[in-house]
Amino acid sequence: MDYTLKEMMAIVAAREIQNSDIVFCGTGISMLAAMAAKNINAPQSVIFFETGAIDSELEDLPLAVGDSRIMYHASSNSGLLDAFATMQNRFTCSHVVGILGAAQIDIYGNLNSTVIGDYHGPDVRFSGSGGACDVASFVSRSIIFMKQEKRKFKKKLDYLTSPGYLDGPAGRKKAGLSEGGPDCVVTDMGMMAFDSESKKMFLRGYYPGIIPEEILQNMEFEIDVTRAEEIKPPSANELSLLREKCDPHRLIL
Amino acid sequence: MKVNGYKVKKLDDAVKTYVKDGCHLSIGGFTLNRNPMAAVYEIIRQKIKDLHLYAHSNGQGADELIGAGAVSCLEIAYGGTGKFASTCIRFRKAILEKQIRVEDYSNYQMTLRFLAGSMGVPFLPTRSSLGTDIIKKWGFGPEFREQNLKLPDKKMVELENPFDDWCDTKKVVLVPAINPDVTIIHVQKADYKGNCRIDGLTFADVEQAKAARTLIITCEELLDDDYLKNNPDRNQIPFIHADAVAHIPYGAYPTACYKYYDYDPVFLKQYAEFAKNEGRYQSYLESIYSRKTHTELLDSVGRERLEMIMADKNRGYARKLDRR
Repeated sequence: MDYTLKEMMAIVAAREIQNSDIVFCGTGISMLAAMAAKNINAPQSVIFFETGAIDSELEDLPLAVGDSRIMYHASSNSGLLDAFATMQNRFTCSHVVGILGAAQIDIYGNLNSTVIGDYHGPDVRFSGSGGACDVASFVSRSIIFMKQEKRKFKKKLDYLTSPGYLDGPAGRKKAGLSEGGPDCVVTDMGMMAFDSESKKMFLRGYYPGIIPEEILQNMEFEIDVTRAEEIKPPSANELSLLREKCDPHRLIL
Repeated sequence: MKVNGYKVKKLDDAVKTYVKDGCHLSIGGFTLNRNPMAAVYEIIRQKIKDLHLYAHSNGQGADELIGAGAVSCLEIAYGGTGKFASTCIRFRKAILEKQIRVEDYSNYQMTLRFLAGSMGVPFLPTRSSLGTDIIKKWGFGPEFREQNLKLPDKKMVELENPFDDWCDTKKVVLVPAINPDVTIIHVQKADYKGNCRIDGLTFADVEQAKAARTLIITCEELLDDDYLKNNPDRNQIPFIHADAVAHIPYGAYPTACYKYYDYDPVFLKQYAEFAKNEGRYQSYLESIYSRKTHTELLDSVGRERLEMIMADKNRGYARKLDRR
């Protein structure tokens, strides 16, 4: 079965989503992963957007979280205030899974989506936090999409936009953040998770045709690879639902 | 705010009257939806300078104001327009070339800041951003803040929960209120006094509108006195906040307006191309200057493209639109 890396990434992330999850998603592949989960393995999961739409029908793929396509047949259309409150709300926050992406990540799953270089005179500028810092601060789990590149898996971030486990197991508590934090990192080579004790990233799986050493070569820091297993490729059913139901016009895939 | 009176104005007059050089401005909408683009182009045409722009995720509108050189200071959460520009191109360029000063917040923090402004309190608390560089790194230094009387002395403040561990919270972050000199929003329906009805997501428009000293509204449909009052449950902004109302069909174009039209993928793709090249961007700006009104700009786009983005009545967007 032929499939692209983007398809693999969307499916791998989708498999992490369960029926009881409220899925916060952003633009691009993160939107696609949430839609894939809904169409394949977690039909009861609820997709929701920082702009205020909850449980949108999503007949057509939105190209941004402000796209009118998220407003059609939603449970409610409110605004930013309400959406972020839902993630900060102590009753609802524990059900929310965030899907995030970033330009840099460190071993504790902290993310940079702001600058490369000095903040006051950057070499590269990105969009900034948007809602990512809010999501990472509030919700109990998050799934992070990254490209597997040395310059993206950094020993030290140029700017810490969104909190992961900060500086280790006690990091979030010390800072005053709620429990929770990143759950896994999905890349174009494999998937990392975070150790329950040390909160350090480790390799959980690698894609068919990839060996763990290749993944290590594309990171600036070392991670444990002893627990890694090969990840099952997308099944014919997963692929056809992803292609036909989620992105028939190949706007993202 | 102006309590009473007939507030309908021509857009160029409203902008001339209220949006001055150095003005602290906020615009409504989100990335590629319901940005008050007709007003943005009017600001560009009038060559208003030195704006202090408050944005949460005002993708297209913010990028065009920055690209035209209208902005000197920017407080923002996200500079992007989704698939069309994951980072807005003129925004990125202006920061890298130090043409603007920038201060980063998160989307929730910017929204809370508008809410605080609308409530008349100096700040509101959140748990967002604890432990991050959003708290530690300030784009506007203490000296700049001290000299600028319209800015608070601090970007934000971390505070131990004064109610001890109430709500299982040890610390909060206080974000300062924003009271823009002017907020401009584009809505689906308004009446001549300034009552507003927004269809679909309100984004942070309501908070931005109520936080402002002066509110300019552009609308798809301008209605008679009692039309909106006949169904008040559906209205979000009462007229007492409004100063000017301008009737501008397609006033959010090239961004979307739910139930009326979609974003124009052709325009947004072309814009991203122009934005990458200095010469082409200058020609693009010349084309904005040369059109005296939004209607002239729409005429240059042509009927065919406007028909392509027309929203399906029951969906609120253009289902058949080619967005590749």
